[in-house]
Amino acid sequence: MKIKMTINDQSHTLDVHPMMRLLDILRENLTGSKEGCGEGECGACSVFMNGALVNSCLIPVLQCDEAEIFTIEGIKDTAAGKLIAGAFAEAHSAQCGFCTPGMVMAAVNLLRQNPNPSEAEIREGLSGNICRCTGYDMIVDGIQLAARRAKEEAVPW
Amino acid sequence: MVNCLRPKSLDEALAFRAETKALPFAGGTDLMVKHRGYSGTGPRFDRPVLFLDALESLRTISLSNGLIRIGAALPLADILAFSGLPELLRRSLSSIAAPGLRNRASLGGNIANASPAGDSLPPLYVHEALLVLKSLRGERQVPIDKFFTGPGASVLAEDEILSEIQVPLLGQGLVYYRKVGTRKANALSKISAAGYALTQNGKLTDFRFAVGAVAPTVIRLKKAEEMLLAGTAEAALQAAAEYLRPIDDQRSTAAYRTQTALNSLKEFMGMHPQLKSIKMK
Repeated sequence: MKIKMTINDQSHTLDVHPMMRLLDILRENLTGSKEGCGEGECGACSVFMNGALVNSCLIPVLQCDEAEIFTIEGIKDTAAGKLIAGAFAEAHSAQCGFCTPGMVMAAVNLLRQNPNPSEAEIREGLSGNICRCTGYDMIVDGIQLAARRAKEEAVPW
Repeated sequence: MVNCLRPKSLDEALAFRAETKALPFAGGTDLMVKHRGYSGTGPRFDRPVLFLDALESLRTISLSNGLIRIGAALPLADILAFSGLPELLRRSLSSIAAPGLRNRASLGGNIANASPAGDSLPPLYVHEALLVLKSLRGERQVPIDKFFTGPGASVLAEDEILSEIQVPLLGQGLVYYRKVGTRKANALSKISAAGYALTQNGKLTDFRFAVGAVAPTVIRLKKAEEMLLAGTAEAALQAAAEYLRPIDDQRSTAAYRTQTALNSLKEFMGMHPQLKSIKMK
């Protein structure tokens, strides 16, 4: 079945089975989004769908017809992407790195709605993302640093 | 893999449902887990799937004449963004899962999934919500406490879909919501409870309390409510205990659930000036 969607601002027409998961379709070419649990618990597969944070492991691709999908690969080269990558590196927000793409998506989702979040708001914003290395404190630090820098450098989320 | 359809018109959806007995699918946050396949192979559904997420008429929310009408396929995040949302629903929906899941999960799905632990259900029982079920045969309204017949089971007919949830507003009373889970995010409830108490001219005139995950369906503690309105708190707690028939499972034990449900009721009574003054053990 033919499915039309935009992935990172490029339009695609994919000939795929409509029940395949968005995550599997993306990962054929874009392997930034990860499969952790496959049950919507860990957030490693987080992407934006029509601007909303979603778990791509739970979405049959038919539901993405006419949708705009934005992944970690799309964020990577934007000013906001570079800023948050730098902040994560400086604050040691990544250890093994498996959760990092999902964490960055959840962080950007939060910062778009709330560019100046409190620590509690950051923890709520990341509540659908699991990290087994850092204990989260360093990820919270990274996001606070990114929020501060974005304000100083007038970088939009 | 199975036959599926994602229609934009309700008539088309109802015809497909009637013809194929397809599984209604809105956000899929429960269904994709329940029917999960091996990584890379797609989910395993044993019957056709009817996607409801492209039906605009199931994605609206409005408030008029004291009634909130919520489209069954509207994601929880969109419901939470509605300024007229009652406090009980706001608290329960914001305690469900995590931001990414609330962007997909629908209120209709939380209901039709018919889990006794569905977190939106105790508030809907307290509000005495009505469910609108549609089929090619027509439309009917079912009060929420008549919808469920057991864990995972409801009166939804094979050709019907849940299209709308109608929530009558409560008066200016005290509300209570408590979810007890292992952690704050992404936890399935050990129990959840919702309450409402209205005092008029110094007298308690309305008291409602509903609990989830302590019986095969969510329950209203009706006898206990009546006894509290009559001013007999001890008897009310005994009456409440008779409703509680929880099970031991991987999330909790029956004993813990019974105690916690009663503690929730006591906690709510303790918040209320009239009820607090009634002596309790």
